Amino acid sequence: MKIAVCLKRVPDTVAKITIGPDGKAIDETSVKFVPNPYDEFAVEEALALKEKAAAGETVVCSLGGDAAQETLRTALAMGIDRAVLLQSPGSPDGLEVARAFAAELKAGGYDLILFGKLAVDDYNQQVGLMVAELLGLPCVSSVAHLAIADGAVEAEREIEGGIEVVACRLPAVLTCDKGLNNPRLPSLKGIMAAKKKPLEAKPVTLGAGSVEVLGLEYPTERQAGRIVGEGADAVPELIRLLRIEARVL
Amino acid sequence: MATTILAVLEVRDGAVRKVSHELLAAARELAGTGGSVSALVCGAQAPAGADALAGFGADRVLAATQADFAHYNPDGFAATVASLAPGYTLVLFAATATGKDLAPRVAAKLGVGLASDVTGLAIQDGAVVATRPVYAGRAIQKVKLRGAPALVSVRPNAFQPRARDDSRAAAVEPVAVPAFEARVRVTGVKAPEKAALDVTEAPIVVSGGRGLKDPANFKLLEDLAEALGNTAVGASRAVVDAGWRDHAAQVGQTGKTVSPGLYIAVGISGAIQHLAGMRTAKTIVAINRDKDAPIFKVADYGIVGDLFEVLPRLTEEIRRVRSEK
Repeated sequence: MKIAVCLKRVPDTVAKITIGPDGKAIDETSVKFVPNPYDEFAVEEALALKEKAAAGETVVCSLGGDAAQETLRTALAMGIDRAVLLQSPGSPDGLEVARAFAAELKAGGYDLILFGKLAVDDYNQQVGLMVAELLGLPCVSSVAHLAIADGAVEAEREIEGGIEVVACRLPAVLTCDKGLNNPRLPSLKGIMAAKKKPLEAKPVTLGAGSVEVLGLEYPTERQAGRIVGEGADAVPELIRLLRIEARVL
Repeated sequence: MATTILAVLEVRDGAVRKVSHELLAAARELAGTGGSVSALVCGAQAPAGADALAGFGADRVLAATQADFAHYNPDGFAATVASLAPGYTLVLFAATATGKDLAPRVAAKLGVGLASDVTGLAIQDGAVVATRPVYAGRAIQKVKLRGAPALVSVRPNAFQPRARDDSRAAAVEPVAVPAFEARVRVTGVKAPEKAALDVTEAPIVVSGGRGLKDPANFKLLEDLAEALGNTAVGASRAVVDAGWRDHAAQVGQTGKTVSPGLYIAVGISGAIQHLAGMRTAKTIVAINRDKDAPIFKVADYGIVGDLFEVLPRLTEEIRRVRSEK
């Protein structure tokens, strides 16, 4: 089984976000970056599938600046065989990013292409599905449970108030949700081995796209409210406020 | 130029979902009286409520029906929307589990960009401008869409459905489903073990955190939810990671982002991770023992105290208030 995982370098979910001087992007200095948490489920799934098949190759691919090499090394330390960095500043148009991934993956002969279900920076939640469409491959998004046997995929994805069961054939593109597995941590041995694994960097040029960022702003700060009172005795006053003032009851 | 909008509505179990009415409200507001709104429904047959869609803001109601559309059919729906989309200024989807799966497929077919999970829409100089939370709501991005058509998915609860206007009417017009290759097939929908409202769509969400001390104590929240009615039970990342609650209930950056009318956080300290997922709720109530907990900085109303005393009392009082109505 030959599996590709697409990985994004994103600010840590606990990082403080500061808007940069251009007013369109965040200030990246002094922000800690991590592999996108949902992509780690994809990495783990690729490793587990290869281990189960006891054969095959796993490749991790990222689109970003040279700093993304560090993120790719994390995946290599987890056990992925080799890495490809598509060097590009990226694009606010997910379709342009998808086109670059599709061009890279097209001739790779992959049985499975895995993504995280979304990146916790831009929340676009679209590149994996677009890559599948561009390559003419089946795609199941937000997979929380997966079974693959004899080239047949059965996946479960959460929908509002239920679980959708989806079937397709390999080769396929899947985007991974929390719940699919528990990503391993890189071992010391894995970290040492990762330094020697191949990492190929190649520049790519993205199209202009049709999405233009006009600006980035902080959300309106919520006004700190008030402490209604202490203990159960404050409940009647809370209910009065919810009914009369907030009008939500 | 008049704004023409195709709103891709969502149908489940043969009925139009509430989020579809939100979509029509957003579309109508943007199109104004000079523009037009077409509502598209895909299903095995036209859904219940299709003939009332004009009352919620549609000018035309299009129905793409086919036997294998009883469940969501990703490739078939995408082919249908892509065949109808050219000529519209804007195609709107709901940013639900289905819409988030469908919209990118359509975008790739049409070769145009997509703005996902949008909370605000405007037309500026003839172009669609969308505002959308990024970095889990810690920043708001404004984007201009140059695509023809522009594609946007709209976050549930971000727009209020219009009051139904029965003076408006539109007949349901059948539209053709183009030939498509069914690469994936939805073979069924399993109900969860316990039928539950989804936290992203419920008008009220009550969430619990580590302060509940034991998974069994979520019963207290379930009781409160039942007393309130139409309420989903959410959870913090800490208790989901501890295996107390299902991931589907997790509110926060690696869970769901919710915008209910009322959010009640119980025994949740308010880590940045969690606040990112619920700060856009209209009214926030926090119940916590620690008066310095960060959750009180975003809460409209707070009660400092032992949740095991406050919750039962709150549930009791809500039941009393509800029974008065």
